[in-house]
Amino acid sequence: MNYLTLSLALIFVIIPLLLSKTLKLGLEKDTTIAAVRSIIQLLAVGYLLHFVFETENIVFIFLMVLLMIGAATQNARRKGKAIKGITWKLFLTFLFIEILTQSILLGLSIIPSTAQYIIPISGMIIGNSMVLSILFLNRFISEVKDHVEQTELILSLGGTPKQAIHTQLVQSIKSSTIPTIESQKTIGLVQLPGMMSGQIIAGADPVQAVQFQLLILFILLTTAVITSIMLGYLSYPSLFNNRMQLLKLEEK
Amino acid sequence: MTRQAISLKDISYSDKGVAILKNISGSFPEGYITTLVGPSGAGKTTLFRLCNGLRSPNSGQIYINDKTINEYNPVELRRKVGIALQSAAMINGTILQNLSLPFDLQGKQFSKEFALELLQDVGLTSDFLHRDVKDLSGGQRQKLSIARTLVNRPDILLLDEITSSLDRVSQQDIEELIVKINKKYKTTIIWITHNLEQARTLGNYTWVMMNGQLVEAGPPSLLDDPIDEKVRLFVKGHEQ
Ligand SMILES: Nc1ncnc2c1ncn2[C@@H]1O[C@H](COP(=O)(O)OP(=O)(O)O)[C@@H](O)[C@H]1O
Ligand SMILES: [Mg+2]
Repeated sequence: MNYLTLSLALIFVIIPLLLSKTLKLGLEKDTTIAAVRSIIQLLAVGYLLHFVFETENIVFIFLMVLLMIGAATQNARRKGKAIKGITWKLFLTFLFIEILTQSILLGLSIIPSTAQYIIPISGMIIGNSMVLSILFLNRFISEVKDHVEQTELILSLGGTPKQAIHTQLVQSIKSSTIPTIESQKTIGLVQLPGMMSGQIIAGADPVQAVQFQLLILFILLTTAVITSIMLGYLSYPSLFNNRMQLLKLEEK
Repeated sequence: MTRQAISLKDISYSDKGVAILKNISGSFPEGYITTLVGPSGAGKTTLFRLCNGLRSPNSGQIYINDKTINEYNPVELRRKVGIALQSAAMINGTILQNLSLPFDLQGKQFSKEFALELLQDVGLTSDFLHRDVKDLSGGQRQKLSIARTLVNRPDILLLDEITSSLDRVSQQDIEELIVKINKKYKTTIIWITHNLEQARTLGNYTWVMMNGQLVEAGPPSLLDDPIDEKVRLFVKGHEQ
């Protein structure tokens, strides 16, 4: 594909803009912003990756991954503002997951240790971890708000904060990881996963593409479960003070 | 001289800048049944939550048996100072799961005999044990909440309007039970009630709270002839 054909693809941006205008849907501004942002961001990433792949310098790989973790943290922290210190808790979670998965992938030579593999796979892992952490935080905060009475009941009977929040914590971990597990049950039946489709279009052998897709899916299972558990256990203590009292969640 | 189970020195508590308790100083004598009365919104429940350590005062000091409240580990404090709130909150599950909760939290074995004894004490029958708490009436929840608070055998028992949803007969049963516990285990009882008759007859000591302040404290007979004009009006209002 070249830039001329790509510019023809703008037709697919103009269609929703026209529809929005005629039907007064009010989506013009957001659609334009979305289109412009994706053009700038993806092109920038494309050239950046091109540069990183060329140089094959380990420092650039580190910097890229750090950038992804930083961006993911920035994005997810807005959902968790009610929890004290959420920024570094998210950062630590993403960092841990990245280190764990890459240690397994590279340590067992499942993937070659080149930027071409490490960076896209890191992107998928961190991106999914970010989505999971947003799901988890949304659910956990509403569980905590809905069960203040039960939490204080357990505290009042001499339970520890961990005991008092346990049900809500487990419930939030479960409900945030279920979509990941469920979606894998039907995968391939209706919709081909994005990465696999991309590889096939780019000319890769479908079986090879499937193998990679499976690898990613399995990594995402680990990512989902560890993100919720780790974030949960890092987050719940800041809901209480040192007198084991449940603090009020700040309103946003 | 009688020892004090709980002493409050100049306690103030506010929430989001609104003063709820204002400079409360007073005490609850050890081994007594103290009844605590006052219009709703006076701060009675809030005072209980402070004594059980669910909240800390903004200023002032709370003493439990002459030790400041912060000298206790919160878990130890809450087992010593038991609380049964009017809302009678329950965890999801059966009556048995709620009843055994205080022991489960300590990893202690909860015997069926103990469960049955507690149920009988509060006037619930043994066939309740495996029912879902969702199926209980308001009165039954209150009874279960009392039984559950008794599991830890607290030295001090804070009871917040625990008979408000009970019929006359159940109310008398619970009154008898609390008096029995007070005699048998020398448990200090502090009892919030809207029922002034209950406050007069059951208590050895009475507190009247209004608008976040302790207005009068003394023998229950003070309700017969209050000194404070506001208290006089409050008592009169209840007798009509
Ligand atoms: N969680 C809370 N947040 C804000 N205000 C509260 C809260 N709980 C109680 N209050 C206020 O504190 C005052 C005292 O309440 P409470 O202690 O429940 O009184 P009582 O038990 O005597 O009826 C009331 O004005 C009530 O509105
Ligand atoms: Mg109250």
